[in-house]
Amino acid sequence: MRDFAYARADTAESAAGALADPRTSVIAGGTELLNWFRLGIADADRVVDIGGLNELRGIAVAGDELRIGALATLNEIGEHPLVIRTAGALASACLQAASAQIRNRATIGGNVLQRTRCPYFRAEEPLPWPCSKRDPGSGCASLAGRHERQAIFGWTRDCVTVQPSDPAVALAVLDAQADVLGPAGRRTIPMREFHLTQREAAEAGQPMRETRLEPGELITGYRLPTSPDGQAYVKVRERASYEYAIVSAAATVRLWPGKIAAARVALGSVAQRPWRLTAAEAELPGTPLTREALIPVIERAMADAVPLPQNGFKVLMARNAAVRALLTAGGAR
Amino acid sequence: MTIDFARRVDVMLRLNGRDLTTVVSPRTTLLDWLRDDIGLTGAKKGCNEGACGTCTVLVDGRRMNGCLTLVVQCAGRSVTTVEGLAGMRGAGEVGGGQLHPVQQAFADHDAFQCGYCTPGQLMSAVACIAEGHATDDASVREWMSGNICRCSAYPQITAAVLAAAQEPAVGSPAANSREGR
Repeated sequence: MRDFAYARADTAESAAGALADPRTSVIAGGTELLNWFRLGIADADRVVDIGGLNELRGIAVAGDELRIGALATLNEIGEHPLVIRTAGALASACLQAASAQIRNRATIGGNVLQRTRCPYFRAEEPLPWPCSKRDPGSGCASLAGRHERQAIFGWTRDCVTVQPSDPAVALAVLDAQADVLGPAGRRTIPMREFHLTQREAAEAGQPMRETRLEPGELITGYRLPTSPDGQAYVKVRERASYEYAIVSAAATVRLWPGKIAAARVALGSVAQRPWRLTAAEAELPGTPLTREALIPVIERAMADAVPLPQNGFKVLMARNAAVRALLTAGGAR
Repeated sequence: MTIDFARRVDVMLRLNGRDLTTVVSPRTTLLDWLRDDIGLTGAKKGCNEGACGTCTVLVDGRRMNGCLTLVVQCAGRSVTTVEGLAGMRGAGEVGGGQLHPVQQAFADHDAFQCGYCTPGQLMSAVACIAEGHATDDASVREWMSGNICRCSAYPQITAAVLAAAQEPAVGSPAANSREGR
């Protein structure tokens, strides 16, 4: 593993201050960073540990807001009664992620910053193939090679990968805000805008940028509006547990007897960001909560999907996951 | 406010009931330290990337992958490995001597073939039971999914975990609290 110097932060401010130096990485749970150091994905020389900062811990409801500290682990969130009651899709997404022992280490602050699981990206250096994430401008071996698990929205010829986080999909559908601390002080980033597709990043002139987090910024926690709406997170994968999603969907549904009064729905593992189906959300009020009624609404909202040669099946699979998430959130079965 | 970065770090922790101080390079994982520096080779190095679970140990009673944990992250914490399991009652408490009921249940149910994954399975099972997740077949399979068995002894492992959960000394909430020793 890459060698590095280490320090424990005594405050979030001092950690953020240390991060102003681009040679410095932050560690919380470490389930990603250590593997990045092994593969040569991260090249920091210094690591600042925020794991002891109690100010970044805790799960609580204040007024109509659920607050989750960045250091809350996926197991703590997934089994917390307040989260289960007020943000059920997030609790479900957390418990469907990774394994029980990884969820005891992995934090919700780090989870949304995990990198893609693309096997061409996650290989030990030196890479024998092009990967623009590892060597900017080199191209995408997956596009020319195997890409059945890759994006159907927002990809470019430079990179076709997806963001694999389960919790990020729930945070996006629940309109969570990330609180961040950085050189310019504190600010918030809506989680539905936190990640960038390859196309969005290219249009902004930074083709390999993956999030709106600025260099030196630290996620300190999240705030979610508590919601009485029914919620669900549906994860479709090749084995029943401990596997990344092929596709996933998170939804919230408020019913007016027999019909949908309001609904939110987002897809996961279809793009480099959680994919809110905003066109469907505008159309869903008044729609009966039935599979037959939902399918055409979701299909219209996904009409701009551009699957790759090997992943056309993901369009149908994602449609069905969205429909199932809405039905489950609405209590249809 | 400046932070001082160090390339050697003093770490005080408790290992299998014994307090000790160690000096490590920050990149030393708990798994490598246990195996190479301390000589406890029960925790196995399978994938070394968090995929297989055979390095599972308890940190403050919670199961974690030793390969994804740095020693410096264990400062002030209590680490339990499979070597500390015999005589232990409930997660995080160490005694000495006879087989832990979970170990006995694995032997009774023939819950292994080659045995390479067994140390991790045992530690994960102890935690799974203490967490209250060893309630039925489906729950055990879900909450033990982070431990891969390539001999595929899963039916026997599941049976062993469920049987061990019935042992009063392991399965009762009192036995798993700090006050319940």
